[in-house]
Amino acid sequence: MSKRKVKETHMPVGECISQVQMILRERFCHRRLPEKPVGMESQHKHLLELLRRTAVHGESNSVLIVGPRGSGKTMLLNCVLRELLEVKDVNKNVLPVHLNGLLQTDDRIALKEITRQLNLENVVGDKVFGSFAENLAFLLEALKKGDRSSSRPVLFILDEFDLFAHHKNQTLLYNLLDVSQSAQAPIAVIGLTCRLDVLELLEKRVKSRFSHRQIHLLSSLSFIQYLDNVRSQLSLPQDFPDTKFYDEWNESIKTLCEDQPVVDVLQRHYNSSKDFRSLHLLLMLALSRVSASKPAIKPTDLLEASRVCMVDSKANILHGLSILELCLIIAMKHLNDIYEGEPFNFQMVHNEFKKFLQRKSHSIHNFDKPVVIKAFEHLQQLELIKSMDSSTAKIQKEYQLMKLMLDHSQIMEALQKYPQCPTDVKQWAMSAFG
Amino acid sequence: MVRYFTRLRVRRIYKWGGRSYADRKLKSYGFEYLNIGVEGQEAVTTVTPGQYILIEGNDDDNPFVAKLLKLFGDESHKQKKALVQWFLRLSEVPQNKKLLLGRSPHPQEIFYYLGRACDDEINVESILGTVHVQHVPEDTPFPEPGTKDTLYVKMSWDTKAFNVLDPVLMQDTPASTPPKPALPLFPPCASPAATPVSRGPVRRALPTPDPTVMRRAGSVSDTRATMSTGKMGTLEAESIHSASKLSASKILSTRRRGSAADTPGVRKKLQLSNGASPGKRMTREDVLCELLDEEVESEKVMSLKLSSSVSHSLQHGCSLSPMRSGRKTPNGQGGFPRKLTSISLDRLSPTALGEQDFSSDLLLAVTPLALEDEVFEAGLPTDSGSAMTPKKRQATPRRNYVRGQKATTPSRRKESAMTMREPALGVLAEEDSEDSPMQPIAMTPRSKRKSAQLVSSRIRKQLNLLDNNEELSSDGDDCFVPSKKDLQSSSDEESEEEQTESEEETVVRKARGRNCKTPSRTPCKTPSKKATPSTPRTPRNATPSIPSRTVPARQPGNILEEARARLHVSSVPESLPCREQEFQDIYNFVESKVMDGTGGCMYISGVPGTGKTATVHEVIRCLQHASDMDEIPMFRFIEINGMKMTDPHQAYVQILQKLTGQKATADHAAALLEKRFSNPAPKKETTVLLVDELDLLWTRKQNVMYNLFDWPTRHHARLVVLTIANTMDLPERIMINRVASRLGLTRMSFQPYSFKQLQQIITSRLNKVKAFEEDAMQLVSRKVAALSGDARRCLDICRRATEICEHSASHPSTAGLVRMSHVMEALDEMFSSSYITAIRCASLQEQLFLRAVIAEFRRLGLEEATFQQVFVQHQALCRVEGLQPISVSEGLAVCQRLGACRLLLLEASRLDVLQRVRLNVSQDDVLYALKADRD
Repeated sequence: MSKRKVKETHMPVGECISQVQMILRERFCHRRLPEKPVGMESQHKHLLELLRRTAVHGESNSVLIVGPRGSGKTMLLNCVLRELLEVKDVNKNVLPVHLNGLLQTDDRIALKEITRQLNLENVVGDKVFGSFAENLAFLLEALKKGDRSSSRPVLFILDEFDLFAHHKNQTLLYNLLDVSQSAQAPIAVIGLTCRLDVLELLEKRVKSRFSHRQIHLLSSLSFIQYLDNVRSQLSLPQDFPDTKFYDEWNESIKTLCEDQPVVDVLQRHYNSSKDFRSLHLLLMLALSRVSASKPAIKPTDLLEASRVCMVDSKANILHGLSILELCLIIAMKHLNDIYEGEPFNFQMVHNEFKKFLQRKSHSIHNFDKPVVIKAFEHLQQLELIKSMDSSTAKIQKEYQLMKLMLDHSQIMEALQKYPQCPTDVKQWAMSAFG
Repeated sequence: MVRYFTRLRVRRIYKWGGRSYADRKLKSYGFEYLNIGVEGQEAVTTVTPGQYILIEGNDDDNPFVAKLLKLFGDESHKQKKALVQWFLRLSEVPQNKKLLLGRSPHPQEIFYYLGRACDDEINVESILGTVHVQHVPEDTPFPEPGTKDTLYVKMSWDTKAFNVLDPVLMQDTPASTPPKPALPLFPPCASPAATPVSRGPVRRALPTPDPTVMRRAGSVSDTRATMSTGKMGTLEAESIHSASKLSASKILSTRRRGSAADTPGVRKKLQLSNGASPGKRMTREDVLCELLDEEVESEKVMSLKLSSSVSHSLQHGCSLSPMRSGRKTPNGQGGFPRKLTSISLDRLSPTALGEQDFSSDLLLAVTPLALEDEVFEAGLPTDSGSAMTPKKRQATPRRNYVRGQKATTPSRRKESAMTMREPALGVLAEEDSEDSPMQPIAMTPRSKRKSAQLVSSRIRKQLNLLDNNEELSSDGDDCFVPSKKDLQSSSDEESEEEQTESEEETVVRKARGRNCKTPSRTPCKTPSKKATPSTPRTPRNATPSIPSRTVPARQPGNILEEARARLHVSSVPESLPCREQEFQDIYNFVESKVMDGTGGCMYISGVPGTGKTATVHEVIRCLQHASDMDEIPMFRFIEINGMKMTDPHQAYVQILQKLTGQKATADHAAALLEKRFSNPAPKKETTVLLVDELDLLWTRKQNVMYNLFDWPTRHHARLVVLTIANTMDLPERIMINRVASRLGLTRMSFQPYSFKQLQQIITSRLNKVKAFEEDAMQLVSRKVAALSGDARRCLDICRRATEICEHSASHPSTAGLVRMSHVMEALDEMFSSSYITAIRCASLQEQLFLRAVIAEFRRLGLEEATFQQVFVQHQALCRVEGLQPISVSEGLAVCQRLGACRLLLLEASRLDVLQRVRLNVSQDDVLYALKADRD
């Protein structure tokens, strides 16, 4: 530290800021793995041991990593793989195959992808030849020929494992798990899923072949740890080139995390979800407000970012509506109140609207019916109202049954914030009866 | 070669001695002793029952050893037979069983033979002389190998194991008379010291003519040999001992016959057989003998030394020498002995290339005879041919070569079929069959199961019968195979063209492919292996393989690792415990079908992990072993798995490919298989087809299943279908009547393992590796048995427990036994539901939402509510808890997260606030989890 103080390299502030943004963005976008996965030491050890045995001893295994979204399943696995591949013996000896249930939506695609990644001999360049049946037979033959001691272990990593269970007959899963339970080429099947009931998806013979090892990633992180984590996530690494900026930045982060409004915002986020992905989103927004003229994250930045994150998307849409559309929404709200959530059609809404116009409207013009229909259709396009019938063609537009997709609280909130909303409309919305 | 000369060296005369006693029942006479004399010498060896004797075999250095039990002959005194108790040299024990001895054998050691595969009746003419055998008690070491002519017996061999020999068996040994090899025998162990002096001046090597001449002579003499089988056979060895001994003596006898023309000794032999043989033939033989004799006698002395030295070196090559003359015989049966004769002659030829003069003499002597023999050949086929017919064979069991065939039936069958196709191959096969019976002597029933032993003994009884069937059925011609070949070749041509057309394109693609390949993976392919990328087919030459690793896999280091390796489901146990009855049933079923050459179906059901597939595989392993041992006919085993194919119709493709190696489309394959199973074909072996996961072969019309079950019922199919599925009532549930009816009622269901069985399985897998506490093992098996009885699950839990045990110890080497606590932890991990932990670890808003859901359910009295309804509750709860109410978007996000974990069941998210929400956990569980959380 002292040695670096002596060197005391100085960079222009702009340079420093771009450096900071690069480092932190890499962090928040999961481009760089953390040094060590936080709060999952035992799971890390378990998985590492398991994969090490496959890589070194050629023992076939199967395991599922289960945890809610954003709980760090992929991160854990990648950390383990990184650690595993650092071992010299292992590095050249394992063949990782990455599959994702969202990409390989059926077994045919999955098989091609496996074959391509394993680079078997029916692969030419990036293309895999042969029919589905041939590919399957080829892969199975290849795996069957291998044996524990001489062939390279293959790590099958199945992201979104539950989606593979929806493939026809679960052929791929059956075969992979069958290989893992028989004396063939050593393989490890690692499934990543957020579904707790994933085992119930497996067919009984597939289930029997699965080793029933599940690694659960359920973080029981306390708020204090959460706060520490925020601090460490925002802090710069020690090898930051400009030491002066480094010190200043880290100091500002420290004070930021002790600021009460910031703590409140974070607490709110923590209450909503503990996962790091949403936290990263928040911090990313705050980070983007940092510039050369404002070289630190201020509490207001974080509050603003939090506001953006928490904002209700529908309320935003409501702000952009015309008065007529807003009136229609209010009419629908009243209909909902009267009929207790029963669906309505255009004619009912129009009647309600006309009643309002006749009774107390001073500021609103009497719109022609086609204009009102147009507004109604616009609301439908915005999906603020939704048709209840599946077949729309048969019934006239005016009589199609609709439902309002908004909560009352959303409507009231929107009205409060609506710029220059006529008071009689507000009153109408607030009144108990249409 | 050696044998040829050594036999010429001495001509023994066998005479009964002592009082003869008649056994009227058997129409035979017993004798007290046997005198064996050598022509031209005074010394006579007397062999009496109780002595140990040497019997000529196919290895002159190590003749067979046996103990003489009884001497007897038939009424006409033509046949002299002896009853013996066999001993084995280590070299006669099959190679793979030698290790069972567990120590290095003494060079002079022999083993008391307890097996039954060898017939104990021999022809006395194969007796060479006596030998001294000494019984060495179990714990005393072998005496110094000073006396070369004494053999030691310590153990017995019952074809499966070496046992300590019961001294009682050896008691009546006349140990007091160490027999002097007074005869000019070949020394028992080829040691010069043991060679009797008297042998010295007797003989010289038989001079051999140059090969071309000899071949001609061979063709002559082998016809004579065939001719003489009729009469010679009667006085040939009566021994029906082991197959190997048999075949050896068969070779010997034919050789002797073949050489009869050239040997002076033959005359004496012929004298012995005088009474039986038709005089006419005899005289012919005599003429030849006399002609030859003079020449031979004159050169005897000269080449004695030469003969012994040359013969030794040639001995090994002899069994492989091609039999050119054998190829000429179109009739496989008639050619049988003749070929053998010609072996000896062909072998003979290279030995004495220098002795041209004699060869020409021999030629002279032989040629006129050849003409005469030509005449005889007309009558010959009937002679040997009739011997081949099953009826006759059974009637005359003493025929030497007939017996030989019986003993070697399965291979013989194969070989006869092969000769039909290609003579050259057939000749080789014949050679093979001479060697192959060596194994069965000791290796008979390899399966340790009693059932398998029973089975194999039964097989042996039935072999004769089968043999007959086989011969009758092997006459037809294969009309199917050629058509297949045509198809194959035509398709080859087509694709050849394709290949040339797309060759340019291939090159381009290859280059491109090379460039964009990721460098991190080592490609194991070679450009030459890649074929026609333009075709949508798998390259034909591509070999499916996983690249091999650079560093070999590490072996298990400590006891827990060892235990883990053994407990892995993949480690194949030597035998499957707890499934004896099922094994037996399946074994009997398949075996009977294979032996009868018929077909049949069997349906096997059972929940996953009860050892269905493993048991069938073990049955097949045992049967294959049995067929290797020639106990049952050869059969093909094919396995398909409904889960390992993409479409039920792929079953045809896979079966065809495994059966013939052909590739075809599903429809074409179905047609080919249909043809194959419905047409008769010669030499068709039974096919055993295992169809795993049968239920996946279900199609709407059920034609795949229909065909699979219909083929076995065809007359010529010889197909045994074993089907496996999980549900017991599958035939009733999913099969239409005509399919279910064809499947038949041969069903078997595998019950889930009981806890005792599971325990036994673990114990047998661990196989004395002490890694588990007894209680711990019992806990696992009880738990699994109570839940599913799935052996896989049981083993997985045990493996996990060893891991936990290893981790819990501070250092891997200090880890002790797997205890109850470890097992409990493993069980918890595998069986406990994670929902409660998941709820406890959820964020505050998520927990609130769950409570809101329950509150709303209670309010509605339903187990379902829309998000909107729940959200109202949620807002209220937030206020109660003193939290800032969340927006609808946030609420939806919370709801979706819970839905992703499947704590909640949600409708499609496009319904937004109107989506209905249900709980996937019981309300009590949620409340329990939340309450415990609060405390």
